[in-house]
Amino acid sequence: MADYLPHTPAEVDAMLGFLGMDSFEQLFAHIPPAVRLSQGLDLPDGLSEPDVAADLVRLTSANRAQTGLMTCFAGGGVYDHEVPAVVKQLAGRSEFVTAYTPYQPEVAQGVLQAIFEYQTLVSRLSGLPIPNASLYDGATAMVEGLNMATGATGRNKMVISAGVHPHWRSVAATFARGTGHEIVVVPLKDGVTDWDSVDATGAAAIVAAYPNYLGVLEDMTAAKLLAVANGALFILGTDPVAAGVLKTAGQWGADVFVGEGQPFGTPLAFGGPFLGLFACTQDQVRRLPGRIVGETVDSNDRRSFVTTLRAREQDIRREKATSNVCTNQTLMAVTAAIQLGWLGTQGLREVATRCAQGAHYLFDQLVGIDGVTAVSTQPFFREFAVHVGQDASIVLSEMAVHGVLGGLSVRSLCGNSDPSVAGALDDVILVTVTERRTKDEIDHYVDVLRKVVR
Amino acid sequence: MATILPGGRAASAPLVGHGTEPTMFEMSAPGRTAFQLRTTGVPATPLSDLVPSAHLNPDVVPIAEVSERDLVGHFTRLSHRQFSVDLGMYPLGSCTMKYNPKFCDAVAADPGFNSVHPGAPASLTQGWLELLAQVEERLCAVTGMSAATLQPAAGAAGELTGLLLMRAYHSDNGNARTRILIPDSAHGTNPASVTLGGYQVTTIPSNDRGLVDLDKLKAALGPDVAGIMLTNPNTLGLFEEEITEIAAAVHDVGGLLYYDGANLNAILGVVRPGDMGFDIVHMNLHKTFATPHGGGGPGAGPVAVSSRLVDFLPGPRATRLADGTFDWVTPSKSIGRVHGWHGNALVLARALAYINVHGGDGLTRVAQHAVLNANWLRQRLAATLPAAYDRVCMHECVLTATPLKTKYGVRGLDVAKALLEEGFHSPTVYFPLIVEEALMFEPTETESLQTLEALAQAVERIAQRAMDDPESLHHAPQTTPVSRVDEARAARHLIPTEDAANR
Repeated sequence: MADYLPHTPAEVDAMLGFLGMDSFEQLFAHIPPAVRLSQGLDLPDGLSEPDVAADLVRLTSANRAQTGLMTCFAGGGVYDHEVPAVVKQLAGRSEFVTAYTPYQPEVAQGVLQAIFEYQTLVSRLSGLPIPNASLYDGATAMVEGLNMATGATGRNKMVISAGVHPHWRSVAATFARGTGHEIVVVPLKDGVTDWDSVDATGAAAIVAAYPNYLGVLEDMTAAKLLAVANGALFILGTDPVAAGVLKTAGQWGADVFVGEGQPFGTPLAFGGPFLGLFACTQDQVRRLPGRIVGETVDSNDRRSFVTTLRAREQDIRREKATSNVCTNQTLMAVTAAIQLGWLGTQGLREVATRCAQGAHYLFDQLVGIDGVTAVSTQPFFREFAVHVGQDASIVLSEMAVHGVLGGLSVRSLCGNSDPSVAGALDDVILVTVTERRTKDEIDHYVDVLRKVVR
Repeated sequence: MATILPGGRAASAPLVGHGTEPTMFEMSAPGRTAFQLRTTGVPATPLSDLVPSAHLNPDVVPIAEVSERDLVGHFTRLSHRQFSVDLGMYPLGSCTMKYNPKFCDAVAADPGFNSVHPGAPASLTQGWLELLAQVEERLCAVTGMSAATLQPAAGAAGELTGLLLMRAYHSDNGNARTRILIPDSAHGTNPASVTLGGYQVTTIPSNDRGLVDLDKLKAALGPDVAGIMLTNPNTLGLFEEEITEIAAAVHDVGGLLYYDGANLNAILGVVRPGDMGFDIVHMNLHKTFATPHGGGGPGAGPVAVSSRLVDFLPGPRATRLADGTFDWVTPSKSIGRVHGWHGNALVLARALAYINVHGGDGLTRVAQHAVLNANWLRQRLAATLPAAYDRVCMHECVLTATPLKTKYGVRGLDVAKALLEEGFHSPTVYFPLIVEEALMFEPTETESLQTLEALAQAVERIAQRAMDDPESLHHAPQTTPVSRVDEARAARHLIPTEDAANR
């Protein structure tokens, strides 16, 4: 019998009396009896908060993969980065957490300015001038990029590198059912997109990932040239932490940048809520999906912020809107701005560098184990894929016994085969190292894998 | 109850001063830092030895250079420039800004949930899979449906998912269709989603009672109609009383009924979409189940379906196996993924905590008190802001400022802005589009009678000001962190970043 209602029984009676009624039932009398629920909801009775909490302990203890119990070497776009107390506390302030979309800018300058600062950071990290205020996640951000490409070119053919995360490709295929997009997946050869193997004529977009989902750093010149040659938009998905030191999407000539913003202050969270990063060139601003905050002044000439270019959005354009996005992931965008503020110019570079150092330190040892071989000979950044010579799921389960979440099974991401890996992929694991992993933890990983694959 | 003492409005903004807040970039000083990282012992090989130089950015990307103390000051000051549910009443119609229980936040912050990698094997994440399966069961019980996907990240994502399910169902029956019917009172996301779903919109006018015009609906039906999208109660806060006739008519031509769950909070435990004949239902968990809205998200938009659509649901879904364990299972004719992972999982965890605290009886009380509050407010304000449709409403009421506009030239927007000065967030203005000078109030069930009275008195003071000094209302608000902002200038000269501002 728990709830959060303030009404006393006397108040309820008085309020009903004010309406000329004497029961709740009369408030619903206009609903046809034929559809009314006669028995009440088929749900257990309510419990107090401590009772619910006690029940949830059973579930949290069944989550053995939590980072306090197991050392995380899993990535695939979701990374175990340091999130300090200061970021958690600031991002958890109830003024940010319990606000609605900033429809009344006079009382929403806090969220609006935080988004403006977030947009500035997205623009700098992408090297593109027009960011938006966030989308749901990396996968759906890429789909918005595809829709933008159709708007820009009037075409439907999407040429997507198999280096793009398999889940992103799968999401694109789902939404193509409605938009009619024809999706052409370009295979990888030795971890690098084999652009020559497909016909990109009539493409609306050329889509690649940097680093790609197997961690490989591909030279993006070929993708850009292909886009230019075919009059297509070049959409580049980048790892936003790597973007602290690597060439930006803009420097590679991308028209659209998309990314998964989870690494900026959002916990692993079992996959959500995350943060879809998006930015584009000036040419595409009228097709920008979702919200954008702009600077302006108030009637007393003070600097102010407001959501702008509203004429693109669904509530005004309805069926002619460039996107159906309404609610986005603002709190994660605000969190990203705070986390980046904490990291600062030096800190982001330091984190990116340490990820690369840790990943290379682990890689060099792993490929020295008998039966472990690299999937690609190409340079990588903070993540890499290796064949372990045995079923990856079994290897990961055995590593888990030793307290190591050893990575992701590529088969679990892709299914039984995928153009990203030639031949069988059931023995492939994708391994990542973040700045939180110590040398001892990495050395332990090596010892455990050596035992498991022996 | 003789007199209601008014209470419960925000009364402290701005806390101190009227100046603007510098940006984080303006506060930066070269070389200043805040970050602290683990001591790892990993060899500090120079990056240039690990990554070919062709990949390294020759420039340093400037982020910000602030101390931790300045970071805290900056974002705390920004938070003081922001209205929120925790601060005061937020009667935004259609948005359901009810109180967000702190317990649910604590559940989401538990490392046993929030430190779990989404790609970890199912055997190591059984607690999460059970939680998701339980959320699905609970949502199906509330809506009267058979199964659900939890992947859509927000209501609009749920809408598009629902339309793709419709498309897959009709295609599977060898029966491609082209049109979706939508009432003229619908949320803008509905028609936008229809276009992305590959369908055309046919708009159905409302009748003089604010409900779907059944005759016009029937005239628009045909074998090319894939389905109809309805919000019930609709965006006027009115229950579609002819819902069984509407359902029968749509089903007769082989179409499906889509329930936009934006207003599901009004009917919890009273009537279920499944019993009304709906085939597909999306829910906005940040509305009905009180997960915090975060200033514009995250939400969650699960989609529940009737038995004939279960095989098409997105996958994989957390599924209870015969041996009592849980695993990921993809339905046989699945349309595929609609999210990079499993949906906004922490939002789903919050919603489950909310549902389990309330139980079936508590959720029913939520709907009852939400509807009671809306009707009390409608009646209380009748002399000042008349209802667009003057009869019993559900969880929200659409009032109109037309009398103030006609008599004093004071528009709904002026009333909304003046309410900010009174310590209340504005209602939703100019929506639905079919009501002139619309002010849509949704008080929600968690506001007390005293707070409703305070809101009513504030509206009455504004009406008095309209009579005495209408000009002052055109300049409201003045006591807020900023006054009315120049929206036209923002659009005409776009400055979306600090760098654009400095150019």
